[in-house]
Amino acid sequence: MPILAPIGRAFLALLAVAGRLMLFAGAALGHAARPPYYPRLILKQMLEIGYFSLPVVGLTAIFTGMVLALQSHSGFARFNAESAIATVVVLSITRELGPVMAGLMVAGRIGAAIAAEIGTMRVTEQIDALTTLSTNPYKYLVAPRLIAGLAMLPLLVIVADVIGVFGGYLVGVYRLEFNPANYLKLTWQYLETLDVVSGLVKAAAFGFIVALMGCYHGFHSKGGAQGVGIATTNAVVSSSVLILGANYLITAAFFGT
Amino acid sequence: MAAVPKIRLAGVKKRFGEKVVLDGVDLEVAAGESLIIIGGSGTGKSVMLKCILGLLDPEEGSIAVDGEEVTVLAGRERERVNAKIGMLFQSAALFDSLPVWENVAFGLIQGKGMERKPAKEAALTALAAVGLTEDVGEMWPVDLSGGMRKRVGLARAVCAKPEILFFDEPTTGLDPIMGDVINELIVKTVNHMGATALAITHDMASARKIGHRIAMLHEGRIVWHGPVANIDNSGNPYVDQFIHGRAEGPIRMAVRA
Repeated sequence: MPILAPIGRAFLALLAVAGRLMLFAGAALGHAARPPYYPRLILKQMLEIGYFSLPVVGLTAIFTGMVLALQSHSGFARFNAESAIATVVVLSITRELGPVMAGLMVAGRIGAAIAAEIGTMRVTEQIDALTTLSTNPYKYLVAPRLIAGLAMLPLLVIVADVIGVFGGYLVGVYRLEFNPANYLKLTWQYLETLDVVSGLVKAAAFGFIVALMGCYHGFHSKGGAQGVGIATTNAVVSSSVLILGANYLITAAFFGT
Repeated sequence: MAAVPKIRLAGVKKRFGEKVVLDGVDLEVAAGESLIIIGGSGTGKSVMLKCILGLLDPEEGSIAVDGEEVTVLAGRERERVNAKIGMLFQSAALFDSLPVWENVAFGLIQGKGMERKPAKEAALTALAAVGLTEDVGEMWPVDLSGGMRKRVGLARAVCAKPEILFFDEPTTGLDPIMGDVINELIVKTVNHMGATALAITHDMASARKIGHRIAMLHEGRIVWHGPVANIDNSGNPYVDQFIHGRAEGPIRMAVRA
């Protein structure tokens, strides 16, 4: 069967990559859990992933909230449900758009940077040099990034949630002429703890995915500048796809009944 | 009873896919000896060093450092053995994200847990020993010339006072004068430390200056070895062709059209 053979080979190749990724993730988590730890490197990565991603995540969140309010108004006006806009904005932002948009933006910004940095270190023998200097590359390079990704994405999403809801408020109050107090009341009225918690769980998972894929593709890059470019692209594409897949699975786990 | 060799390889085989790179390498380096491995590009010289360092796993054979089999070691045990070895990489492999002094002190800070202040003092002493001033210690690797990078790489290799030194193409990419300066530094440093040295090079001037003995690697096997003084009268056609740089002879280079 000439058609089935390439499909089978592609499937086997996919399984092989998944296996290598699982082994890499297992090794990285194992090293992250055991000393020695590198607090200076963890702090540096936290600043890089968290603090320096604030502008791009904040801008994405405010425009997302504003567009959501406008689109909801446009749609809900067809059946006189404009009063649901504030609730739709806050639930959409906290449950879905806050974590997903932040995850995708960080994948583009940080996933690419991690893959490029570690990939360059790989092709210029800097990772080999680490090993010869009795330093485990998993502990020194991968673990700080995984820990920072896990810790900082939820914090970024809290900020994104607040800014996104504020974007909806701006459009709702100043363009759609909602009463400010009423808009805020409707925002809080139907919001539950689980809505926010599910978004933060997603954020932690997305932070792990972004850091893991950046490290994995950087670690396995080869062939000079071209190889680093390929690793960078693969890191962004794979982390984006995995974020969307993980988003469905976590949503199903929290709200699938 | 014969002294245990510092490094011993017996029947080491390594292949990448179908390509056999090391095909049963047997080699011994005595304590305090400088052995130079010569051979054409792609004959497996760097792969051999990486197998000794644990960066690559050989498929067959035995590698012992100080009589201890190292192919079976992993984790902390491997790091303990690697702490005996310092390496000067072909590209120097300096860490771009660290200033020069921290590159040199890396093995002391990360590998041996030394405090940063005494480690910096040790790094500056190591830099002075290779002819670099204190202000170079505050520079970044990207600001250094090729010769300075090699010197910093040498300072990093010796800073933690290893018992064994590896040199991977120490003069590649340098002008003849700077190459000779690096060779002089290597000889001075190895003699001063009383270390065992294993160097790989294409540069016969470098080989004659650094080495006590020379071994030639061809098609994954050691085809000749002997004292440096005997290299011109080896009677080995591979060695004769290589040291005289002739295109005609038993060594065939694949040339793509």
